[in-house]
Amino acid sequence: MRPLSPTKTPAARTEQIILFRVSGQIFAVSSASVQEVRGVDSLSGAAREMSYPGLRKVKHFVRRGENSVYVVNAAMHFGLPPAPPALVFVLRRTRTALLIDGIEKMTSMSRLQALPLAYCHEERSWYRGLTALDQTVVPVIKPDGFLTPDELFLLDASLSQEADAEARRQAERNAPDEPQDEQDTSITQ
Amino acid sequence: MTLIAETDLQSFVLLRLGDRRFAVMANQIAELVAPSRIFRFPHRTSEVEGVILRRGRIVPVCDVAEKLIGKGLKSRRFYLIAQRRYGSQTEWVALPVTGDCELINAEMTLPSDTDAPHVAGWLSHAGDVIEVLNLTALTPGPIEVPPTAAPLQSQEARP
Repeated sequence: MRPLSPTKTPAARTEQIILFRVSGQIFAVSSASVQEVRGVDSLSGAAREMSYPGLRKVKHFVRRGENSVYVVNAAMHFGLPPAPPALVFVLRRTRTALLIDGIEKMTSMSRLQALPLAYCHEERSWYRGLTALDQTVVPVIKPDGFLTPDELFLLDASLSQEADAEARRQAERNAPDEPQDEQDTSITQ
Repeated sequence: MTLIAETDLQSFVLLRLGDRRFAVMANQIAELVAPSRIFRFPHRTSEVEGVILRRGRIVPVCDVAEKLIGKGLKSRRFYLIAQRRYGSQTEWVALPVTGDCELINAEMTLPSDTDAPHVAGWLSHAGDVIEVLNLTALTPGPIEVPPTAAPLQSQEARP
């Protein structure tokens, strides 16, 4: 008689995630959503300042080809106390780079529970859901939830206006001095 | 004018918030559990304190005391885990309570037009008149839930 072969349990589907800190709060992001992780110092050379009064969480942007990638302060986005950010996540398939305090660890999750419907405000666009890891609950962020299409439109418009104003200033600086009047002209000649 | 909803007795769970007692229909109650760690994360729904982990589920904790007795709870003895309807879906919510809960059978009187939206009816029990709570009006949730084919409760992560 042959011994029973061990029953194979189907492998649980898992997703690799990065746990990161913002003002002492732990969040998770799918590692597939993170295109680059950079130090804040390495970004400072490429980032240019901007200011849009209605969106204080965005103070810098980076040019990437035709597009501008906006640097969002995660602490301000979530309404957490400010903390000096050390790292930037450039989020894939978005125009967002996220300022965070640091990476906690990389791990995997096997189950993502939808955000309970009792949460019924802005947070529904912030999170893909919640996951339980080591008897704690961690919110899993939605990469495209940091800037709405309307906010991106406003930021683009603001940059475009700034660029136009700069172009006008540049043109004025480069323009040759025009003759003041007839008398001046005759003196020069 | 009030009407008697049914002549048959119905089951209710009485809960205590401070000095007052309220009732929830027993068929909406999942269980009564000891307080456990609340996990908090940033959000904008002020009525939700955080979530607890219960039997593998993540359950939001809604402190309804502010709305019902005008002040938040300083201490809590149990969480009453109730089923809250969101359109065609049902989800658990944990309601902190300050004392023991009691299962009773009573006749419910329907609410009048002047009652607050969270009042589903009234009970008369042991000399007290007790509000029966309408959890849909009492706890937060979207105004309209569009019907969805996929269940939201236990979505699997998609790598």
